[in-house]
Amino acid sequence: MDIRTAGGPATEEEIAAVDGLLGSPESLWEGGERHPADDHVAFGGRALRSQRHLLLPVLHAIQDRVGWVSRGALEYACRRLSIPPAEAYGVVSFYARFALEPRAEVTLHVCDDISCMLAGAKVVEGGRPVPCLGLCDRAPAALVERSGVAHDERQIAPFDPAADWMQSPPPAPRGSRLMATKLLRRIALIDPESLDSYREQGGFEALRRAQEMGAEAVIREVTEARLLGRGGAAFPTGRKWESVAKAATHPHYLVCNADESEPGTFKDRVLMEGDPFALVEGMAIAAFATGCEKGFLYVRAEYPLARKRVEGAIVQARAAGLLEIEIEVRRGAGAYICGEETALFNSIEGKRGEPRNKPPFPVDVGLFGKPTLVNNVETLFSVLEIVLEGGAAFATMGTKESTGTRLFCVSGHVQRRGVYEVQMGTTLRELLELAGPTRKTQAVLLGGAAGSFVMPEQFDVPLSFEGTRAIGATLGSGAVIVFDDTADMKAAMLRIARFFRDESCGQCVPCRVGTKRQEEILERMFAERNGGARSDVMLLSDIAQAMRDASICGLGQTAANAIASGLTQLKVLNV
Amino acid sequence: MGMPKKLVGITIDDREVDVTEGSTILDACRRLGVDTPTLCQLDNLTPVNVCRVCVVELEGARVLVPACSRKVEAGMKVQTNSERVKHSRRLVLELLASSVDMSLCSAQVQGWMARYGAVPSRFGAGVATAAQPVKVDNELYVRDYSRCILCYKCVEACGVDAQNTFAIGVAGRGFDAHISTEFDTPLPESACVYCGNCIGVCPTGALMFKSEHDMRAAGSWDESRQSVTETVCPYCGVGCMLELHVQDNSIVKVTSPLDHSVTSGHLCVKGRFGFEFVQRRRG
Repeated sequence: MDIRTAGGPATEEEIAAVDGLLGSPESLWEGGERHPADDHVAFGGRALRSQRHLLLPVLHAIQDRVGWVSRGALEYACRRLSIPPAEAYGVVSFYARFALEPRAEVTLHVCDDISCMLAGAKVVEGGRPVPCLGLCDRAPAALVERSGVAHDERQIAPFDPAADWMQSPPPAPRGSRLMATKLLRRIALIDPESLDSYREQGGFEALRRAQEMGAEAVIREVTEARLLGRGGAAFPTGRKWESVAKAATHPHYLVCNADESEPGTFKDRVLMEGDPFALVEGMAIAAFATGCEKGFLYVRAEYPLARKRVEGAIVQARAAGLLEIEIEVRRGAGAYICGEETALFNSIEGKRGEPRNKPPFPVDVGLFGKPTLVNNVETLFSVLEIVLEGGAAFATMGTKESTGTRLFCVSGHVQRRGVYEVQMGTTLRELLELAGPTRKTQAVLLGGAAGSFVMPEQFDVPLSFEGTRAIGATLGSGAVIVFDDTADMKAAMLRIARFFRDESCGQCVPCRVGTKRQEEILERMFAERNGGARSDVMLLSDIAQAMRDASICGLGQTAANAIASGLTQLKVLNV
Repeated sequence: MGMPKKLVGITIDDREVDVTEGSTILDACRRLGVDTPTLCQLDNLTPVNVCRVCVVELEGARVLVPACSRKVEAGMKVQTNSERVKHSRRLVLELLASSVDMSLCSAQVQGWMARYGAVPSRFGAGVATAAQPVKVDNELYVRDYSRCILCYKCVEACGVDAQNTFAIGVAGRGFDAHISTEFDTPLPESACVYCGNCIGVCPTGALMFKSEHDMRAAGSWDESRQSVTETVCPYCGVGCMLELHVQDNSIVKVTSPLDHSVTSGHLCVKGRFGFEFVQRRRG
């Protein structure tokens, strides 16, 4: 491959940013100075291309240092990693976090998603509107990014546009309400930056127990616990672990999916910020049980504090000899789709976050084409409990089909927003009572943008996989957004439509064009005085069916759910 | 040749068919003569299964599956003409045609539009489209992305499936995703080597010989007056087969058959565009 670059040289700062990560180039072939030997010997080639997976970290390094990715900088990165510039451009333009135009030194990302809308969020002048920042328990939320040598990112919630947020320290975070029974029990008890503090609370006891039991016994306990994945798809965790453990091809990879981006969801952030060692321990157990040689922890870009805490926890656990495998923390770059497991693999591999067609499934052909175990943060926290108390005991909690406890992220119009841990099967009404509705509740959006609206007459639905399925809803990511009778439901539905139009990767036709048409038709319907024509309702339903049936991944397949449920249940139309 | 492959039996529209292991559902459909619409699929490219027009209903599967990439497994039961399948195929064609200009697609594609009853206008006037000016930045071929359905074929042909030049990629995302060189740089400043293999695989006329583009603009393009002459490229010893499309005694474009054992449809700049000298008339 012949890399042609026409964008002019990278600046010294840009080069320093890239070299800070990759080291200095050794020859002309890697983008360095021309040495006499370079005329006679070719260096790089396959060795450089095998580093393709470093593209996103390199782009982050450039963006952090300079505030945007110039053509010169991108082409320098391409030389260093032997990536065709057209392909790298495809990657950098895919992720919302990377800027292709110069930006001010300080960028203010202001959340204008549903939970923040309900908290009265306003996008101030100069602010960049962004989808859910996962700070819904302290909404409205913002994220400040300062580029330069002293790069800094700060989550601000509640965000007060009137305050001088650039000068003053961020307002003290109002504590998120925690209903702690099991998974949350250590949060606020331990110092999240101290391994000793974690061990005082019984930390790493589960890993020791797992190693005593042996890999097969651990998988048996997880299977016996009938744990279903907490990321949204509810796949039996034990079965997944068994498949990876048995896969003949090596290496096996472990991927923890911490790309929590479903609007209204913040449980994984609370877990990582408050109890990061437990996640490391959970990953260590999963890797031990399934024979994974290497782990990746993919944290969404919008969680700088969580990332810092888990990075610190990994370093400390490793120094204490508690972590046998290498765990690399990877940073997302502003793409909801990367929460889809195969899109996440592509993102780690340095590609556009486009989902792959399944089969083959990740347990056979996953990250770098190898058998891969993907688990959500909350799932791995549940594993700790299973190892400590036994699968049978875990299965006594919750319902027959949905065992254990579940974390719910309650936000919107309630008095006590926060993460609530309740047994599976607790009714939605009970959960809402814990959080205390502010006024008369008109609807709940259960499961985030990919979920559906649940009406007051359905509030006795048990929060279990089978219970929600029975009313055509889903637990999804555990997001519970509450709307009181003053909420503008049309605005909420339009925001959901815009969310999917923004976040569709664009690969398959039903989702790429379908999400666009869905938004256009909904806007048209709500703008008309009579509330939209019957033919438009039909059109939306036709698009919805094709997206559900023919899209490649879960994003497209669920992109019409909330809107369809809103149109049939909420009084938003006068058709 | 290798070892003979095992046969796998599946059922398509209640008819049984045996195909070799590793075949796709699409292969099996074709074996039975079941006409299956495809846009992003081409026999000499890796399936990307992005257009979703070939979806079929597979018993036991929650969603429809792409026939072009899904490998057969013994005992599969497939429906290609159920209401769900017809609905999705129709919607895919409608959604595409409502956003891009598909008027230069083959008669076969127009036939599928009719068969599935696609009415692209039903999304209403004023919906967003990919309409944009044609990119004319070199003497050999033009790029009209208002016709681009984003089938990824040109990217594959430019990349590992044929040319290994990587001059273009998919950029942006969602409805704004598009085919682009780095930073939308003009072709002469990009890595493009003008093999024209992207034109060879483009199903919508988004990529076109400049000669054809100019003649269409002038209203002189007339396929009924064209003949195709098969010959072998004279430039080197590889032996690529050329199809010279001739109108009014002038070569107007050059192709190579997809199933040709030497080219698989792919040529280089000389075979594809090096014909001007033939028709250089003495002034």
